[in-house]
Amino acid sequence: MKERKTFLVLLAVFVAAYFIPFSRLTVQNALLEAFLMVQEYARQHVLLCLIPAFFIAGAISVFIRKESIIKLLGPKANKTLAYGIASVSGTILAVCSCTVLPLFLGIYTRGAGIGPATAFLYSGPAINILAIILTAKVLGFKIGLARAVGAISFAVIIGLLMQLFFGKADEKNRSPNDFVSHVDVKEARPLWKTALYFAAMIGILVFINWTKADPSLKAWSFIYRIKWPLGGALLIVLAWMLFRWFRKEELKEWTFSTWVFAKQIFPLLLAGVFVAGFLLGRPGHEGLIPSEWIAKFVGGNSLGANLFASVAGAFMYFATLTEVPILQGLLGSGMGQGPALALLLAGPALSLPSMLVLRSVMGTKKALTYILLVIVMATITGIFFGAFF
Amino acid sequence: MEIRILGPGCPRCHEVEKRTRNALAELKVAADVQKVTDFGKIAEYRIYATPGLVINGKVKCSGRIPSQDEIGAWIQEEKQS
Repeated sequence: MKERKTFLVLLAVFVAAYFIPFSRLTVQNALLEAFLMVQEYARQHVLLCLIPAFFIAGAISVFIRKESIIKLLGPKANKTLAYGIASVSGTILAVCSCTVLPLFLGIYTRGAGIGPATAFLYSGPAINILAIILTAKVLGFKIGLARAVGAISFAVIIGLLMQLFFGKADEKNRSPNDFVSHVDVKEARPLWKTALYFAAMIGILVFINWTKADPSLKAWSFIYRIKWPLGGALLIVLAWMLFRWFRKEELKEWTFSTWVFAKQIFPLLLAGVFVAGFLLGRPGHEGLIPSEWIAKFVGGNSLGANLFASVAGAFMYFATLTEVPILQGLLGSGMGQGPALALLLAGPALSLPSMLVLRSVMGTKKALTYILLVIVMATITGIFFGAFF
Repeated sequence: MEIRILGPGCPRCHEVEKRTRNALAELKVAADVQKVTDFGKIAEYRIYATPGLVINGKVKCSGRIPSQDEIGAWIQEEKQS
């Protein structure tokens, strides 16, 4: 199996080397764009945004006890609360997309039922904290916020609809057993210490990425002027907390899980940036695909453009975070704001491979309903967003 | 001793496996270590998040990567009982 894979990779490289017309100016230009886009990410997004974000994600996976959140999604959970928790807990629980499906199955079969489970299934990959941070940094605050708000409300609505369609028939399939609870470790420190520790990290991330704005916004520009001292002061506070409140092994675990995330996500993201740069170019420049094509398919804010964006997004597979550079390229080549949001809302939550897995765990009918709901809602939301911005 | 590592195959699950094998080697305990990657099977253990570690049918931990010392302690606990 492994040998065959090596062979296929070699073959692909050979075919590419043989056939790609490197002597053509457009191809040379596209290659240059690819490298320039990688450089832009390296210079503007990696040090200040991605690395702090990886540390936050690592901290979430080590220091937040997931038991306490999952308990709120148990079989006896308050239904209203369960939808709320399910729709926002993706931020915290699903930094790694491979944890989403087991969790979904658990909530579905022995937790709060299909509604909250689908809400979680949708929100998990769509609003994980790394994705929201990078979207806001690269594509702008407005679309980042729209993505977060859209994903949360989508999760609730889709969950409620699935409960409405399938909830009754599903009751008998459910297993009466609750999750195994094994509270094996006591909290290492009081909650307020953990909260302050997270607040300090998020503060650092927000302040060092503070952007210049309209000078009429006094407070905003003031923060911009003092962003470095502010970030530095918070960094010192954070170091003090780490020194006083945490054991050495905990810090080791934290750096380790940060490293795991970085190792898992960073190479794919860079590859995604490179491909996006090659095909689409940086904003204002052209890559291999002519801008008119992009403008024709997903420009403006028509029903067709939004529908195309959400269907394409739903089938395409985006490795964690790669949707961001791809969208940056598309937006720069003339994609409308509405279709961009539609793609962000339908894209990370679904892909052809994940559709197949979903079908095997929840059956064709439910999987199909879920997929259609995502596509239709992403399209409608895209049209609304595009009409206002 | 029967050890199952639950997880679809992400790096975090590999790490649990690595640490388990290290702990076994250190304690010189022989065990049948297998990975469970099928979602349905994982769900049967009633854990809420991967990676999960099951020793002799008992879920020892889930949703996090335990330290090698912790795993070692669980192995000894199971060996004695």
